[in-house]
Amino acid sequence: MSAVRVEGVTKRFGDTTALSDITFDVGAGELFGLVGPDDAGKTTLFRVLTTLLVPDAGRATVLGHDVVTDLWELRQRVGYMPGKFALYADLSVAENLAFFASVFGTTVAEGYETIAPIFSQIEKFSDRRAGALSGGMKQKLALSCALVHRPDILFLDEPTTGVDAVSRREFWDLLGTLKSAGLTIVVSTPYMDEAARCDRVALVQGGKILAIDAPANVGRRFPRPLFAVRAKERAALLTVLRTFPHTASALPFGETVHFSDRRVDVPADQVIKELRAHLGAGDLHDVGIEPIAPGIEDAFIELMGEPAAAA
Amino acid sequence: MNAIVAQDLTRRFGDFTAVDRVSFTVAQGEVFGFLGANGAGKTTAIRMLIGLLAPSEGQATVAGFDIRTDADRVRARIGYMSQRFSLYDDLTVRENIALYGGIYGLDDATIRTRGDAILAELNFSQSRDAMVKSLPLGWKQKLAFSVALIHEPAVVFLDEPTGGVDPVTRRQFWEMIYQTAARGTTVFVTTHYQDEAEYCDRISIMVDGRIAAMGTPEALKEEFGAPSLDEVFVRLARGSAGATA
Repeated sequence: MSAVRVEGVTKRFGDTTALSDITFDVGAGELFGLVGPDDAGKTTLFRVLTTLLVPDAGRATVLGHDVVTDLWELRQRVGYMPGKFALYADLSVAENLAFFASVFGTTVAEGYETIAPIFSQIEKFSDRRAGALSGGMKQKLALSCALVHRPDILFLDEPTTGVDAVSRREFWDLLGTLKSAGLTIVVSTPYMDEAARCDRVALVQGGKILAIDAPANVGRRFPRPLFAVRAKERAALLTVLRTFPHTASALPFGETVHFSDRRVDVPADQVIKELRAHLGAGDLHDVGIEPIAPGIEDAFIELMGEPAAAA
Repeated sequence: MNAIVAQDLTRRFGDFTAVDRVSFTVAQGEVFGFLGANGAGKTTAIRMLIGLLAPSEGQATVAGFDIRTDADRVRARIGYMSQRFSLYDDLTVRENIALYGGIYGLDDATIRTRGDAILAELNFSQSRDAMVKSLPLGWKQKLAFSVALIHEPAVVFLDEPTGGVDPVTRRQFWEMIYQTAARGTTVFVTTHYQDEAEYCDRISIMVDGRIAAMGTPEALKEEFGAPSLDEVFVRLARGSAGATA
């Protein structure tokens, strides 16, 4: 059974189309990622799925409940962690948790088993004001508050933005723990490297879904052989690569430039040989060229360039 | 020539040593990434380098000036861009440029010339009278970066410069950074995202107030036998005294 079913959902704000005919499913027990930049529509989608916004067109169900007509039943069963820290800074850790439990008509004791893997890590700070917690601890408190009423599905809007790499990794480990307890999780992130932790990801841009796939498969959507190219002169490398007559793409990727040739049927050895000659003539030094497997970000960029690309 | 030279730079707050004998140099025209977990001492170190906080011990020069005795001249020779707050939303593009030009002490004619150059380079001429709040995030970031460079500083400090933008815009932004560095301006980037750290010529990683590792991204990955900079970072930070749940 699908935990989330979205069919043709569209949402406009004035002249802006935040969501444009979005369709996808999330399976029960799945860890599903929405990957895309700010303004892609991720937050709007979360607000529709958590019954906070009514779509202009289309239909969405969560756990079998329609998000428009069954909102009261649904709200009891959904946990939502918004992107902005939404706890009460002047209440203590324990008070925040008790407040969220009471809003859902339950108690911390009843929900304790569910939140234990996370809450136990911050329990010793129970009397501290939420506003005085570190970023990583705030995040764990927010997650505890979103789980205290024992929801069947969890929506997390950019939970790791602004958090350092150690806390981020611990957070993803926690999501793995929650998933193995049977919870369905929908999580958004602007960071492509986090997509690998999901079962499946939807690449989202400009209110549309560019592609949906398992993280390991997304790279295969890149249509040409790809090469990582490096040279001592980094700014010049890009310029010279773009003057190569067969360049399809040349984009900086960290320390290297990812290059693809528009002649897809020329063997890699031949491409490397021609490219090396071209870069040498361009007065670049310490040149390195190696074939690589395209990643999620390569595919994302390629799909962004294809208007009206279907999922 | 080195744009930044820090030697045993130290800052204590009461009994707490936020920055503990930090030494490093950044060359002119280098793109240098300054990494560290929250609470590692990054912000304190940067506040000293930009002349906002006096060191307890040690010394540093930025753009050739001593941060203790010449902080005013340091501040005049640096640019600063924070991702979210460096532009005024309720001013137009042109007004923001004029405001920053004025703050950095440029005369009207220079502001006009450099302002036009910025608008032309960014292809913003059509939007010169648009309110900044109406611009897409990627445009704002490019404008904020250009404005931080309007007084032609020797060093520009960028705080998570490409957070939140799409992957194409992020690359356009890095190309701007590389061009700026190739013209001789030193670029000092603070971030905790591998996405951004990988683009730097060299990075340092701060743990508990000290620099725990420094080198090119490639050399650090090799040194730690790690597949990614995130992995290097996590290994270093997990050994931290301040590592908490």
